[in-house]
Amino acid sequence: MAKQLHPTPNLDELEKGPWPSFVTGLKRLAKDKDYMVDVLGHLEHSYKTRKGYWKGGTVGVIGYGGGVIPRFTEIKNEKGEAVFKDAAEFHTIRIMPPPGMHYDTGTLRKFCDIWDQYGSGLIALHGQSGDIMLQGCTSENVQPAFDAINEMGFDMGGAGPAVRTSMSCVGAARCEQSCYDEAKAHKMVVNTFLDDIHRPALPYKFKFKFSGCGNDCMNAIHRADMAVIGTWRDNMRTDDELGKKWFAKHGMNELVNDVVSRCPTKALQIKDAKDVRKGGDISSVALDDTQCLEIDNKDCVRCMHCINVMTGALAPGKDKGASILIGGKSHLKIGSLMGTLVVPFMKLEKDEDYQQLVELAQTIIDFFAENALEHERTGEMIERIGLVNFLEGIGLDIDANMVTNPRMNPYVNTGDWDEEVAKIKAKKAAA
Amino acid sequence: MAQAQRRAVECGVPDPAPFMHPSLLKNKGNWKYHDRPRPGVLHHVSHSGDQVWSVRAGTQRQMDTYTIRTLCDIADKFGEGFVRFTIRSNIEYILADQKKVDPLIAELEKHGFPVGGTGNSMSMVAHTQGWLHCDIPGTDASGVVKSMMDELYHEFKNEEMPNRLHLSTSCCEINCGGQADIAVIIQHTKPPKINHDLVANVCERPAVVARCPVAAIRPALVNGKPSLEVDEKKCICCGACYPPCPPMQINDPEHSKLAIWVGGKNANARGKPQIMKMVASGLPNNAPRWPEVNKVVGDIIKAYKADARPWERLSDWIDRIGWPRFFEKTGLTFTKYLIDDWRGSRANLNASAHVRF
Repeated sequence: MAKQLHPTPNLDELEKGPWPSFVTGLKRLAKDKDYMVDVLGHLEHSYKTRKGYWKGGTVGVIGYGGGVIPRFTEIKNEKGEAVFKDAAEFHTIRIMPPPGMHYDTGTLRKFCDIWDQYGSGLIALHGQSGDIMLQGCTSENVQPAFDAINEMGFDMGGAGPAVRTSMSCVGAARCEQSCYDEAKAHKMVVNTFLDDIHRPALPYKFKFKFSGCGNDCMNAIHRADMAVIGTWRDNMRTDDELGKKWFAKHGMNELVNDVVSRCPTKALQIKDAKDVRKGGDISSVALDDTQCLEIDNKDCVRCMHCINVMTGALAPGKDKGASILIGGKSHLKIGSLMGTLVVPFMKLEKDEDYQQLVELAQTIIDFFAENALEHERTGEMIERIGLVNFLEGIGLDIDANMVTNPRMNPYVNTGDWDEEVAKIKAKKAAA
Repeated sequence: MAQAQRRAVECGVPDPAPFMHPSLLKNKGNWKYHDRPRPGVLHHVSHSGDQVWSVRAGTQRQMDTYTIRTLCDIADKFGEGFVRFTIRSNIEYILADQKKVDPLIAELEKHGFPVGGTGNSMSMVAHTQGWLHCDIPGTDASGVVKSMMDELYHEFKNEEMPNRLHLSTSCCEINCGGQADIAVIIQHTKPPKINHDLVANVCERPAVVARCPVAAIRPALVNGKPSLEVDEKKCICCGACYPPCPPMQINDPEHSKLAIWVGGKNANARGKPQIMKMVASGLPNNAPRWPEVNKVVGDIIKAYKADARPWERLSDWIDRIGWPRFFEKTGLTFTKYLIDDWRGSRANLNASAHVRF
């Protein structure tokens, strides 16, 4: 039995209502732990005064420079003593989950046992970076808690100016729209940078995220410095049986309003079966015995909308891989930036293909480490130096897929135009 | 005697295979299509003919070990001992046997875990740490989210939205919650209050000066001590100086307000991904249940639900109806603060005669 609870009239309000309550969970832990009694008191104080009271510091484990998020209370009495003394330290340990966030219950129970023993018993599944967040630990217990977790085969995540913990979608494990082995790419790329995860020494954070298709369930284009988005080069696959089934259920109005008219590049047309164009870039799916949906794959931008609506009837092609975008980040300091396409297509099938992805990631991290200013994200660096300098720095050829449109101002010296044209033509001829 | 120090085994990201449901492992890369038999349930069919049913349930994200063990007990009883989590902190149980779907749903609901969050429903709010653990939070995260999910419980459990609806919350302008159809983000309205006694000892002053997006901070000698001062006319109250320099307190119980943003879209589906736009600000940080925030979020969702066409995400809907009608339909007020004046802002102005009457 723990000590008596502090009154928590504000937090008690968050036990009402149908959604699962984190406060009820905190109170359950506080039955046995003085630590959590004071964490509740600490949080209630924030609710009452509408301010936060944790400050950072330096806490870590042997051999690593990051991964622990230290928190020390700032609620002190006039003598400088912690008011909630049992919650004076409330550190979080970030742990990298398996790609796709799959678990067997034995593993989750082991995490619970370790965290009941050494920590608060509060675990966030998962943090916004994708970490298992073991929330609430004293400085003294950080090392033994991490030792026990590390013995399980799990490792510390990133924090600070480091390569961060990554996320990948469920992907190939359970999604027909997956265009590469997201888990394999995630594991291979991130495990290449363990030193940069565990010993923060980059200009600022660097995030990888892996989504299996353009639906980008990992929000990679917005959030990742390097976003790997699954796509395909050949024609969309189609299945007449599932096409007919879909059409029988949904009918012409939905086909027109929800599928054809929502195609961003007008690549879809409804045709009588006999009028469907023949040709290498055309695929079609039967709607009934006389009508088909025709897809001009040269116009398709792989946005995923029609495939989302008519899953199975339409599917990604077989020549699969990924598009790579660089430089996504959130507001501070210069405003939200989305990633910029720098590789329209990278085949991801054989081990060598994945190795090529790893090598590109290494080149980009090296360039970032050398060229970014302190506290500058990759996207901000590209904004400062220009995309062309970045591409030259990492050795990628320019491609018209990289722009929304060409330059809209004349403020550039094009004196070497002919040489550039000759260089590009020679390269194309040699390829 | 102290024990010998254990050095970390730098094992990195673990191989997911041992943690995956056997049906997922067997059919990896070979799935054919899926459908949704009911809200909260995905049915995937493999080219091999195998089928799995995934049952999705909401959680409180910050979970006590009792809750996690309860979820594990349910997995052991119905889900062959495997679970996975989504990016929005929903838990998923994978079933190879359709007959277990209904009993599993009943068990989850009995323990208070709502089943839903699939397809065109409103999923769980992606959120941050807030007062519970963050060192710079202007508000709480778990509490704002709990109060919103209570209000929008029905929309999680049912698929009645035009398309999927994603929300996020963030406790400072760093916006860790991320881009979403609707986002609730702290918006400070007063420059930082500087404790000049502490700056010299706590802050690396040139680094703090460099953090300011509008160059409003400069080194200064205050009361004989090296400190920093803020040109309050230039200051945009973003709070970027606060993390590297905690004596520049930006959080204020009264003047740190909440803003609402809409139309963020991560997917490439239909249009390209979108960055969200601010549509309301000045909402009070009214713990413990933030009724003013809930009112605005609820009004936006109501208008979207009533007016958007099937498959229109919030941003697609606004693209069709236009911003004036968005403000009209949601009852929000378009103010001068919503006209962008940051870098590149003219691209956000209407350079056409396109007007909807």
